[in-house]
Amino acid sequence: MNRLGRRVPSRTLLRGLRARLVVGFLVVAAVSALTTALLTYREARNAILQRSQDIAVNDLRAQVNSLAPELTVPPAQEDLDNFRVQLERSGKSREWDISVHYRGVPDSDEGGLRRGVVVPADLKSSVEKRHVPAFQRIDRAGAPWLLIGMPVRQSDGQASALSVYAQLPLSAEEANVEALVSAAQRGALPVLILAVIPALLAARGVLRPVRGLRQAAGRIAEGKLDTRLEVKGADELADLSRTFNDMAARLEESMAELRRLEANSRRFAADVSHELRTPLAAMTAVTDVLDEDADSLDPDTASAVRLISQETGKLARMVEDLMEVSRFDAGAAALHPDEVDVGETIRKTLQARAWQKRVVAELPEDVRARLDPRRLDVVVANLVGNALHHGGEPVRVVLHAPEPGADRLLIEVSDSGPGIDPEVLPHVFERFYKADSARARSEGSGLGLAIAMENVRLHGGTMRAANSPEGGAVFTVDLPLRHDEPNETADADGPDATSAAGTRTAKENDA
Amino acid sequence: MPRVLLIEDDAAVRDGVTLALRRRGHEVAAAASGEEGLTVLPGFRPDIVLLDLMLPGKDGFQVCRLIRAERQLPIIMLTARGDDLDVVLGLEAGADDYIVKPARGEVLEARIRAVLRRTALPADGAPAVEPGPAPVETYGELAIDRAGLVVGKGGQDLALAPSEMKLLLFLSATPGQVFSRQQLLEHVWEHSYHGDARLVDACVMRLRTKIEDTPRSPRYVQTVRGFGYRFGPL
Repeated sequence: MNRLGRRVPSRTLLRGLRARLVVGFLVVAAVSALTTALLTYREARNAILQRSQDIAVNDLRAQVNSLAPELTVPPAQEDLDNFRVQLERSGKSREWDISVHYRGVPDSDEGGLRRGVVVPADLKSSVEKRHVPAFQRIDRAGAPWLLIGMPVRQSDGQASALSVYAQLPLSAEEANVEALVSAAQRGALPVLILAVIPALLAARGVLRPVRGLRQAAGRIAEGKLDTRLEVKGADELADLSRTFNDMAARLEESMAELRRLEANSRRFAADVSHELRTPLAAMTAVTDVLDEDADSLDPDTASAVRLISQETGKLARMVEDLMEVSRFDAGAAALHPDEVDVGETIRKTLQARAWQKRVVAELPEDVRARLDPRRLDVVVANLVGNALHHGGEPVRVVLHAPEPGADRLLIEVSDSGPGIDPEVLPHVFERFYKADSARARSEGSGLGLAIAMENVRLHGGTMRAANSPEGGAVFTVDLPLRHDEPNETADADGPDATSAAGTRTAKENDA
Repeated sequence: MPRVLLIEDDAAVRDGVTLALRRRGHEVAAAASGEEGLTVLPGFRPDIVLLDLMLPGKDGFQVCRLIRAERQLPIIMLTARGDDLDVVLGLEAGADDYIVKPARGEVLEARIRAVLRRTALPADGAPAVEPGPAPVETYGELAIDRAGLVVGKGGQDLALAPSEMKLLLFLSATPGQVFSRQQLLEHVWEHSYHGDARLVDACVMRLRTKIEDTPRSPRYVQTVRGFGYRFGPL
């Protein structure tokens, strides 16, 4: 899992870019090493064999040329034998086996120092019929041998009936070649290992920008739109980085613009409400003066005065709701949880608004939960108020004691009215959504349910609206039941106090 | 009749609140700024101060602290609900209670009455507690004289703000009994609605700095985690 929680497919050995690059490099290195070795081997082997061949042929020719004139013509068997032995002895360093043929008849092979010479027919025919020296490489029992056939010329250059055959082992040369091969083999492995280094370097060169790009994209996805890549060089990766930076810059600009507009409209709503509050505070303070004296005025004026008083109250509530909403929007709504008896809290809500007689309450004792009592009051008051105004009495408030071990708290507010139109149901929690378009204005601010919803959300809970089978709407609040969080106690030395103190110092510095 | 000093910068609010309180028989002096309020205060000798937090010049917090430095008369802040920080800061500066603006005249009246009931003698002169030779109760180093509304520690009289006094008297009446913050709000501050429990926290904190040897590990006003506060047991 990466930071954003997306599953990154696990890379098998050959899926990663680095692995692919390294393997590619190794293959290239291996192929080139092998090709070089093969070519070298072939050339070197040929060169070595060629040289020893030439030397052997030249040696033989020299020996034959120096010994042949002493041979009596036509030679007897014994002469041939002698001639062969002399030749064999003259082989100095070369251990060749000689066989001398006269008119196609070989020497008797007696007194021979070494093995007999087996002359292949085609070699023999080219020497004796065409009178040209010939040689041939053959394999015998896995060892390489060189066969040389040489017609002996008379002193006048005429071909004679005498031909000499020599065979000599090429094992020394073969050993040289073997040494070459093993040297090539021994060299190839280090070469391959060394090839990993440039492979890794090259991979790093490619991968570092790619990794940087990935991290930068991740940061952008997290919302850090000021992320930029360093552009180095002028290759494709640099182009990519530049394009990425352009994209990020555009994104940042448009987001900043959006945020600015949003913040402006939010601030505007908050400012308007705030500005409205001051005159409302003045008006609200004197409404009961109006109410008290209305009776002593003439009926028209009295009606006007009562209307002003009543509507001032509504306006004040509406502005209060607007401010509450703008606080939620600005993320400035703070939760001040306390350990409370939920049933008792709900009962107080009903009492405070004199609803006990109009609402049937089922509130079990001793359901304790950690929540913000003021906000729960707002939720319950809004739901019950909504049920009384738009549903029908009797309204029921039911607190479901959580099952042992369960950590959810359910509060149901149901009315006995006609229920909510299924088309309207998805929108009931929207701001200023008027369920009944025929009704010009609602009793409340049109924000009550939206505020209730926000308050429930702030507690990490959910709220649902539905129609019960028996008719009537049912609103269900589902709150997490958090007992005794160790860092939230009724102790004033808690985080609240410190943050407030910290802010106070800041404020004093500003003053 | 209680004498009210109103410190509020907005002229309309000042006039409205003054009108509403006068109708209910209070004597009201109104000041448009903290500085003016502090000037009026000694001559007018109010029973209670209504203090707006958003003031030009010296703001409400500073004014509150300056009044508290010399006098233990009740102070009620005028605040806008949800300006949470204001409430906390105001309470820490030593205010006894707060009223959320906009408020009807009857609400202003009820809060003023409730705060004054917490203090020694309401303006009509009737003592708040039954007269009689009530003994001075002693808890550790604390000496509490319920009738005379005097709290001493180690022979020194302590200067407690009205809400601090009322809270201490309420808690120490039944030592060892735990009260939730909501209960304390109802009994001590007489908030009938769901008030801000931080009112209690701030008051407990201020009280502890005055009566405890080490406010961090309190001996008299103890915290019961998840439930609230109790006095003792020592």
